[in-house]
Amino acid sequence: MRQISCAEIVRTVSSLCLKANSELGPDVMCALEGALAQEESPVGRDILRQILDNHRLAAEEGIPMCQDTGMAVVFLELGQDVHIVGGDLTEAINEGVRQGYTEGYLRKSVVADPLRRVNTDDNTPAVIHIQVVPGNRLKITVAPKGGGSENMSALAMLPPAAGEEGLRRFVLEQVERAGPNPCPPVVVGVGLGGNFEKVAYLAKKALLRPLGEEHPDPFYARLERELLTEINDLGIGPQGLGGRITALAVHIEVYPCHITGMPVAVNMNCHAARHQTAVL
Amino acid sequence: MKRLITPLTGADVEDLRVGDRLLLSGKVYTARDAAHKRLVDLIEQNKPLPIDLEGQVIYYVGPAPARPQAVIGPAGPTTSYRMDPYTPPLLALGLKCMIGKGPRSPEVLAALKEHRAVYCAAVGGAAALLAKHIKQARVIAYPDLGTEALRELVVEDFPVIVVNDCHGGDLYEEGAARYRRTGSTD
Repeated sequence: MRQISCAEIVRTVSSLCLKANSELGPDVMCALEGALAQEESPVGRDILRQILDNHRLAAEEGIPMCQDTGMAVVFLELGQDVHIVGGDLTEAINEGVRQGYTEGYLRKSVVADPLRRVNTDDNTPAVIHIQVVPGNRLKITVAPKGGGSENMSALAMLPPAAGEEGLRRFVLEQVERAGPNPCPPVVVGVGLGGNFEKVAYLAKKALLRPLGEEHPDPFYARLERELLTEINDLGIGPQGLGGRITALAVHIEVYPCHITGMPVAVNMNCHAARHQTAVL
Repeated sequence: MKRLITPLTGADVEDLRVGDRLLLSGKVYTARDAAHKRLVDLIEQNKPLPIDLEGQVIYYVGPAPARPQAVIGPAGPTTSYRMDPYTPPLLALGLKCMIGKGPRSPEVLAALKEHRAVYCAAVGGAAALLAKHIKQARVIAYPDLGTEALRELVVEDFPVIVVNDCHGGDLYEEGAARYRRTGSTD
């Protein structure tokens, strides 16, 4: 059985926190360039230029692209033939977040309790999702998630009769309600099916798919394209000041569900669609 | 593109229209939720504020920590609606401009017209770029609030867009309506 040490996990998570906050994937930069080429609104184009300049500057200087460096969402794909040694896995992830956010001058945006609201001062704890998979590798993805877009997310337990039209309507309503607040152009993560907690996880996971990559099922690929057109027809535009590009992409993740229901969740991401991955 | 120096005069504000792209230079104060609550508590108790608001600009921002030798960390706008309940009393004391992102409440929009002030958007998520336009920063009140402390910034050509002017214009409404191709989802 392959051994992976907690010390290595701490180092990896710490460096992923820094990298994710200062460097966007080439897919996101490419989508933003495409948005600039398509945008008709002069104000919208000005905003997209500022966004692109900002993201390039952040990557060059290794500084955060946004002052909201987010709550750290950490996805682990843990090979079932891996033995974690030298400590507690959850604590190792949190220690990585603690070191990354403290040493990297990232903003500490986590309060210890939702009502009493005292800052933990080290951005811990992370939100951690662990999936056990075949193999002897450990894949770690850190996705820092800002508050502005997260606050504009929503979940509904729709009846099966709602169907495709119900899904469409719910997604469009959330984007319209969110308006300028989630810092458009946004990436819209949609979870469909599963149950109450699964659907929220699917919507979050949908945000990790590279932009430009369609759903493998042509039925959902079509729905993603149509929803993107309908969202962009809302006219909300970059930063909500009007324009053609409100969303860069719509990603739908699907899971089987109970005969009585059709859970749907929408998780918004801002144009700083941040996530970085390492494989140990 | 218009250049303006803070503090703003009544005439500066009257000239502004929604969609104007501005480059602001001069002093700007930062405050968000917690600092706003303290300012409004002082007003309600008839106590003096730590700053004179006449003609001034408040930027809604909670910067990331500054690296050694940096003036300030990345500093983009935060969502403005959280400051709505505290805003009309500050406008009544002469505040002329707020910088944030996202729509304001009807009460704030009415107070902008009544007290002749403007609301501007900076680009959310352009924090690294915006910080380059901040030349000086010092905490002048509420250091215990950390990132939310009240700071005095000196900015140079800080780029903002007028979203709500003092004549009732609203770019969030007008901009989206101009580019909309479908009926409402309501």
